[in-house]
Amino acid sequence: MQTTTLEDAVARIRDGASLMVGGFMAVGTPERLIDEIIRQNKRDLTVIGNDTAMPGVGIGKLIDARCVRKVITSHIGLNPQTQQQMIAKEIAVELVPQGTLIERIRAGGYGLGGVLTPTGVGTVVEEGKRKIEVDGQDYLLETPLRADFALLQAFLADYLGNLTYALTARNFNPVIAMAADTVVVDAEHIVPVGMIPPDHVVTPAPLVDYLITQG
Amino acid sequence: MDAQTLIARRIALELRDGMLVNLGIGIPTLVANFVPPGMHIFFQSENGLIGTAPIREEGMALRYLTDAGGRPVSAIPGACTFDSAVSFGLIRGGHVDMTVLGGLQVSERGQLANWMIPGKMVPGMGGAMDLVSGARRVVVAMQHTAKGRSKVVRECTLPLTSSRTIHLLVTELAVIGFPEGRATLLETAPGVDVQEVLAATEAKLVVPSTVPQMSIQETHA
Repeated sequence: MQTTTLEDAVARIRDGASLMVGGFMAVGTPERLIDEIIRQNKRDLTVIGNDTAMPGVGIGKLIDARCVRKVITSHIGLNPQTQQQMIAKEIAVELVPQGTLIERIRAGGYGLGGVLTPTGVGTVVEEGKRKIEVDGQDYLLETPLRADFALLQAFLADYLGNLTYALTARNFNPVIAMAADTVVVDAEHIVPVGMIPPDHVVTPAPLVDYLITQG
Repeated sequence: MDAQTLIARRIALELRDGMLVNLGIGIPTLVANFVPPGMHIFFQSENGLIGTAPIREEGMALRYLTDAGGRPVSAIPGACTFDSAVSFGLIRGGHVDMTVLGGLQVSERGQLANWMIPGKMVPGMGGAMDLVSGARRVVVAMQHTAKGRSKVVRECTLPLTSSRTIHLLVTELAVIGFPEGRATLLETAPGVDVQEVLAATEAKLVVPSTVPQMSIQETHA
C-alpha cells in the first residue's frame, strides 16, 4: 500500500478505464475522488456501481459531467440525467438485478467463473444467457465482473490500509475491493496501526493499493 | 381512510413476531407504521441494514445511516449492518420471511410485473427481481386499477419481475390469494361487494361461496 494525494491517484486513471465505485444512492461513495475525476476531465469511463444516485451527488456527478460512456448498474430510476443520456444514446446502460450485480463482482474478485442464480429466470434478464438446471431448478449463469480500478470510501483506514466501514456506507465497498486491478481508498479517518482490532477489520490491508492522504 | 392506508393496515395483519421483512418503496413502506403492539419485526433495508426505524425528529440524521432510497433513517437497538453480498444472500437465500412490494400488474396465475414500462419508464429492477425470486412470502400492495384499467390482469403485458408467482395481493378493493395457481377472492374491503371487485378485475377470479370482509390492523399510539 502506498499513500498518495488525490491528484496523483486520479492521474493514474486513463480515459476509457473501467471503475467500480462504492456507494448506494451516493452513501459510501468516495466523493473527493469523484470530484477529482471531473476536475481532471476523464472521459469515456465505464462505471460499475449499484445505482447512478441523483444529479449532483456521487456517481450522478460523473453522469452530469459526461465522463461516462457506459454504466453497469441495477437502478437509474432516481437519476433523470442517466435516463436522458440513455435515451439520447450518449451513454450505454446495462441493467443488472442488484443481487446479481454484487454476485458478479464477488465472482470476479473471488476467482470464480461466474455464479448460478434463479433471479431473472423467465424474464428479459435471461436473454442471451446460459440456463443451467441443478437438482430440478433453473438458474442463469452470470459471468464475473472485474474493473481496472475500484474506488472505495472507508470509515477508518490504518497506516497499512486495513479498513472498516460505517453503517450503510459499507454496501458495495468491501466487495469491489476484491475485484479490481488497482484499489484506491479514501477514508474518513486515518488511524495508527493497531487501533482497528483484528476482528473489526472488514477489508484486509493487502487488498489496498493507494490510500488518499488527508488535507 | 385512503386506499394506501387501508392496504397497509391489511398487510400489517400478515406480520408475525420475529419475522425478517423487506418493504419496497411506496405503499409497502407504510406497513411499518402498523406493526401490532408488542410484536418485534426485523425490517431489512437492502442497502445493508436489519433493524431500520424512522428518524425520531429533524436534525437527528446521520448521512451514512440510510434506507434504500438514500434517505436518512434510524435503527433499533440490536440493529446490524452488512455489505450488499450478504444483503442479497439474505434475500435470495430464503432468509427474508416476507417482502411487500408495489405492482404495475398481477396476473391471474400470480405473476408480477413491477419494474418497467417499455418506452416510458425504465428505472432498472434494483432489488425487485431478487426479492420476488427469493423471499419466502411475496405480498403485493397496489391499487386495483390505474386510469380506469384493471391492474389485476389475465396475462401481464409488461415485462415480468420473476417467473416465480406471488403469494398474496392486497388492493383497496380486495385480498386475492393464488391457491393452486388461480387468483381467488379471499376478502372484500369494507363497503365493497363481490360484484364491484369483479367489475374492476380483468383476471378470472375464483369466488368462494362466502367471502368475508377484510379486517385491518387497528392503529395504535
